[in-house]
Amino acid sequence: MVEQVDAALSMKRKRRVRKLTQSVLRHVILCAVGLLFLLPLVWMISTSLKANRQIFAFPPEWIPNPVIWLNYPDVFDYAPFLLYFRNTVFIVGTCVVGVTMSSSLVAYGFARLSAPGKNILFMLMLSTMMLPYMVWMIPLYVLFTKFGWVDTFYPLTVPAFFGSPLYIFLLRQFFMGIPRELEDAATMDGCGYLRTYWQIMMPLVKPALATVAIFTFMATWNDFLGPLLYLQSPEYYTVAVGLQVFLSAHSADWGLLMAASTMVVIPVIIVFFFAQKQFIRGIVLSGLKM
Amino acid sequence: MKRESRLAKKEALAFYGFISPWILGFIFFTGGPVLASLYFSLTNYSIFGKASFVGLSNFSTLFADPLFRTSIYNTLYFAVLFVPLSIMLSFGLALLLNQKVRGLAIYRTVYYLPSIVPAVANSILWLWLLNPQWGLINIGLQYIGIDGPGWLTSEIWSKPAIILMSLWGVGSTIIIYLAGLQGVPEQLYEAAEVDGASSVRSFFNITVPMMTPTIFFTSITGIIGAFQVFTQAYIMTNGGPVDSTLFYALYLFRNAFNYLKMGYAAAMAWILFLIILVLTLLQFKLAKRWVFYG
Repeated sequence: MVEQVDAALSMKRKRRVRKLTQSVLRHVILCAVGLLFLLPLVWMISTSLKANRQIFAFPPEWIPNPVIWLNYPDVFDYAPFLLYFRNTVFIVGTCVVGVTMSSSLVAYGFARLSAPGKNILFMLMLSTMMLPYMVWMIPLYVLFTKFGWVDTFYPLTVPAFFGSPLYIFLLRQFFMGIPRELEDAATMDGCGYLRTYWQIMMPLVKPALATVAIFTFMATWNDFLGPLLYLQSPEYYTVAVGLQVFLSAHSADWGLLMAASTMVVIPVIIVFFFAQKQFIRGIVLSGLKM
Repeated sequence: MKRESRLAKKEALAFYGFISPWILGFIFFTGGPVLASLYFSLTNYSIFGKASFVGLSNFSTLFADPLFRTSIYNTLYFAVLFVPLSIMLSFGLALLLNQKVRGLAIYRTVYYLPSIVPAVANSILWLWLLNPQWGLINIGLQYIGIDGPGWLTSEIWSKPAIILMSLWGVGSTIIIYLAGLQGVPEQLYEAAEVDGASSVRSFFNITVPMMTPTIFFTSITGIIGAFQVFTQAYIMTNGGPVDSTLFYALYLFRNAFNYLKMGYAAAMAWILFLIILVLTLLQFKLAKRWVFYG
């Protein structure tokens, strides 16, 4: 009897020990990989705060000693980054407003109104999501050249006001998940479609709109090819293009380069920390790759 | 009756009003340019002067162009290694994260963070990390007794270097896999446990089949993305050394905007489109054999 209890107890203990080792092992792997993911960013910031002598020290020193802030003001001395930031903020802001407004308008149409030809148009829209941008990049460049839009912000902002298929699709799913009764009541009260959309539906899909806004922010802030193609005068540069030009001018000055890169990364990280939920939801819903 | 049809007409009108931004955008910024691109590909257009019709000669020149072949090879090399590696890494990490670990939110944030670093800053950071002499990676390798390669300065190691840096950014794929794993019904595992199945067996007989749609989805988007790799190669190596990182998108960009061979580049864009289309259709066809929709 006692032996049986002992055996049962030791079985239980064994299982607990096994569970514990598994959990410890799991955390060890997760931490190790996490460290690998984090180290490059830590190294970037660390390098940006070091004097040259310490940057090339061997073995590498993780903590800057002394902490040198000089690289940051130096970046602004060498290149008009403040201007680049202002340009980028203007483009990003315009795009965020443009994309969320136009995409939600189109999404509402696809979600709630019926008309002949609707399904074909919807399929057509979905199929453009599959096309690589390079297929239309060249003619679009030619078109914008003909418009005289090269070296202005127009090529980077105007298209935002014509809806983005991925976000139209995403918002449509959200609109479709809202019970129809709400709108029916509004229609009875004599609300037009536009007012129903704006006053009843838009407030209900705020979380989805936030997701669209944040992804647009990220995509526009990070966009390199667009500004590279269309912005030629340095006074119109965005941070992405400005940073690339900065690289070619200071190609071995790692402290300076890391300081400039850190400044470009930080706004993105701040937005991410404030809006983690929207990020995760957006990725899960759309399977979006950045 | 008449009233109803009038209402339907009104609704249809409203529908076209609501979607008019997209229709205009489609005509001017997507559909129109796509057709124009098809036309360009049959001409020798070069932004200056008039385009003259050259038939399919852009395409025949392309197939004889050694750099075109190099760019396809480089891109396939990248895709063939990067896509499976990123899937395995994401799946593995998502599996570990899905075990109700404490601190999940922190881990998730840490893994996701690198993927939001803007491409230009990312490229500069990795130029530094991959520096043969002073870079963190070769210093790390030195600690375990490995003499690190020249990475971006080496014809052989430049592509693996870019794959390595791309793997650093798999964060969003991890989140897709985690969401997929969380969607597997708990009852399946419970039933397997009652039947006495080991955790290895329930992994292969439950987790893997239930995750095949996610694997399928990420391999399709992964391949489409791999064929459009541009920024890293443009900034870090500009295609070198010895064209070893001349990826498809980079060669296309050069033809269009450095050599102003717009017609030639448009032909390349259409071939790219066909390659992606064929690969995607092929995957859909193969999917019937292995993707499980429960």
